[in-house]
Amino acid sequence: MNKPNSATVPATSGRDIKTIVNASLPRRHAAERRFRWYGLIAISLGLAFVVLMFANIIGKGYSAFWQTYVQVPISFDAAVLDPQGNRDAKAIEGADYGALVRAGLRAVFPNVQGRGELRTLYALVSSDAPQELRRTVMANPALIGATQEVWLLASATVDTFVKGNIDRTLDETERPIKDNQVAWIDKLAAAGKVEQRFNTLLFGSGDSREPEQAGIRGALMGSFYTLLVTFLLSFPIGVATAVYLEEFAPKNRWTDLIEVNINNLAAVPSIVFGLLGLAVFINFFGLPRSAPLVGGLVLSLMTLPVIIIAGRAALTSVPPSIREAALGMGASKLQMVGHHVLPLALPGMLTGSIIGMARALGESAPLLMIGMVAFIVDVPRGFMDPATVLPVQIYLWADLPERAFVERTSAAIMVLLGFMILMNGLAIVLRKRFERRW
Amino acid sequence: MNTSTIAIETKAALDGALNAAAGVRKESSVEVTDYSNRQTVGRITVDNPKMVCRGVNVYYGEKHALKNVGLDIGANEVIAFIGPSGCGKSTFLRCLNRMNDTIATCRVTGQIKLDADDIYDKSIDVVQLRARVGMVFQKPNPFPKSIYENVAYGPRIHGMVNNKAELDELVYASLERAGLLKEVEKRLDEPGTSLSGGQQQRLCIARAIAVNPEVILMDEPCSALDPIATAKIEELIDELRENYTIVIVTHSMQQAARVSQRTAYFHLGDLIEVGDTDQIFTNPRHKLTEDYITGRFG
Repeated sequence: MNKPNSATVPATSGRDIKTIVNASLPRRHAAERRFRWYGLIAISLGLAFVVLMFANIIGKGYSAFWQTYVQVPISFDAAVLDPQGNRDAKAIEGADYGALVRAGLRAVFPNVQGRGELRTLYALVSSDAPQELRRTVMANPALIGATQEVWLLASATVDTFVKGNIDRTLDETERPIKDNQVAWIDKLAAAGKVEQRFNTLLFGSGDSREPEQAGIRGALMGSFYTLLVTFLLSFPIGVATAVYLEEFAPKNRWTDLIEVNINNLAAVPSIVFGLLGLAVFINFFGLPRSAPLVGGLVLSLMTLPVIIIAGRAALTSVPPSIREAALGMGASKLQMVGHHVLPLALPGMLTGSIIGMARALGESAPLLMIGMVAFIVDVPRGFMDPATVLPVQIYLWADLPERAFVERTSAAIMVLLGFMILMNGLAIVLRKRFERRW
Repeated sequence: MNTSTIAIETKAALDGALNAAAGVRKESSVEVTDYSNRQTVGRITVDNPKMVCRGVNVYYGEKHALKNVGLDIGANEVIAFIGPSGCGKSTFLRCLNRMNDTIATCRVTGQIKLDADDIYDKSIDVVQLRARVGMVFQKPNPFPKSIYENVAYGPRIHGMVNNKAELDELVYASLERAGLLKEVEKRLDEPGTSLSGGQQQRLCIARAIAVNPEVILMDEPCSALDPIATAKIEELIDELRENYTIVIVTHSMQQAARVSQRTAYFHLGDLIEVGDTDQIFTNPRHKLTEDYITGRFG
């Protein structure tokens, strides 16, 4: 081979560049293929676990959206409801509606005798059934004296059985439902008197010790009030802080220190914020425990660094030419920020805030510290009422052994995930919609 | 450092020495401004100055970006700043409306007067100054708002109009003067960013003249535009000269020759030569100026 100049083509040992490159190609291609496979495997694994998680939650939880009702003929006996006969509302409200339910059940199964057996019969319906009857009668006093077929809420055990979650082939001692109850339900079902309806109680009532009466409304409202406080505090303060630090603050050692600290705060474990909230808001300022106000304050502390960091990133992404244009027109600094920079940065800030809020919605640890973990039946009606939040409600229910609570736990998780997806979706929509190009 | 301007009478003996030191090649009489480290060739003063700059130094941190520049900007003239990249011409331009204030490390010394006001004096607010000295930037930078809002912004923040009708009139007049009205009359509600590059730059000029400034600074206004759009802007600059004083920084010597009456040549932070544009381009007195305009570097 005729080498033109050994100085310019060193160390090729007689082979030309084509041969050298070709020799290395299979190795390079193999490396690329391997890398692609690693990526594919990683993504598939991730997706598989997501699917597994959703399948598990939905599989366990979907049945919670339906609830079993049994139809029982109730005679609204005037002798029980209104012994005086004067239709006094107070007397009617205080009447023994349980007696009506018991009488109704006895009427369906007249052969049942003995205290023990009757007790198992009465256990077919929920302890809420008498309250339901009371509400019906109070709403419509004309019912007194009449006899009507009424759909009563079944007890959790019956509900679980009807949903097929109790194996009837097991021995009676190994399952929560008695043999005679199984027989009665079969009989009712054969007569078309057992029905599954949409579970309005799940969304309409607060927590309860009885699974069939337990709902997430209390936790939802608690989450709502807590997040409202969080948003109202952290968004304006976060945006103002971001604007000040980015646009107005002098760049010196102090602002550097503040910046480092904000970045560190974003990484502080959330339970630490809970401890801080307990010490400051409850012990020092004497605010009530379990209140959404305190929860919101604590979550604001947690969300603020996230919003500030997102806000500053959004502000820096506004091109300097817009600032120069505004300043060149004689706009003051505040006008420049208010008229031009902030409107352009706001979508990014909102996106960051919504993602921060979604994180706050899913947060439970700091709220445990300030007493939002209490068992609270009443639906909170303000910022000072004792309340709990969705993730904490999930935590509370997950502790309980009843099958009916297991499905409610999963249902509550589904609702929580639904809100998360909604909020993240909103963030994406806002970003796409208001994204400006220049 | 001696910051005063000394107009030296033609004295043969002194002239020879100075010319040799400054690289001045012509034997004929020249006015020379003496500084300790360099001389500006040509007459820096004008009879009817709008802005008077003396001993202007600019530092970016440690870097001495503009060295002891003295220059008058005449009323209703177009003065072009030329020179190779990094020579300080844009830096000097941005001193004239204190846009350099936005750069944290930037420090300006010396005196710049607009009419009788020292613009670096504490009593002068930059807001007022920038309303009097408007600016057009290298890259067209309309606000991401409608065409109308772009032009209306200045009058609005300065409270120059009392009602919508007056504002409308001002917006239309400004667009008309910027030669843009015919093209955008039908779509004033569309975003300014939807226009072509040349139209955007004329929109920026309309936006600047809407506040009726005394001086308009243009920082390479045509460097991002094609020749046709450039020609339109140059035409516009010529028309605007009647009412405004215009300072234009340009990389294109042809453009400087076409639009300006006076030209200042900057080199590495020094103001090398100032003079009538015709003279600078046909008969440069300094070697550096000649090398630059003949294309030997730059």
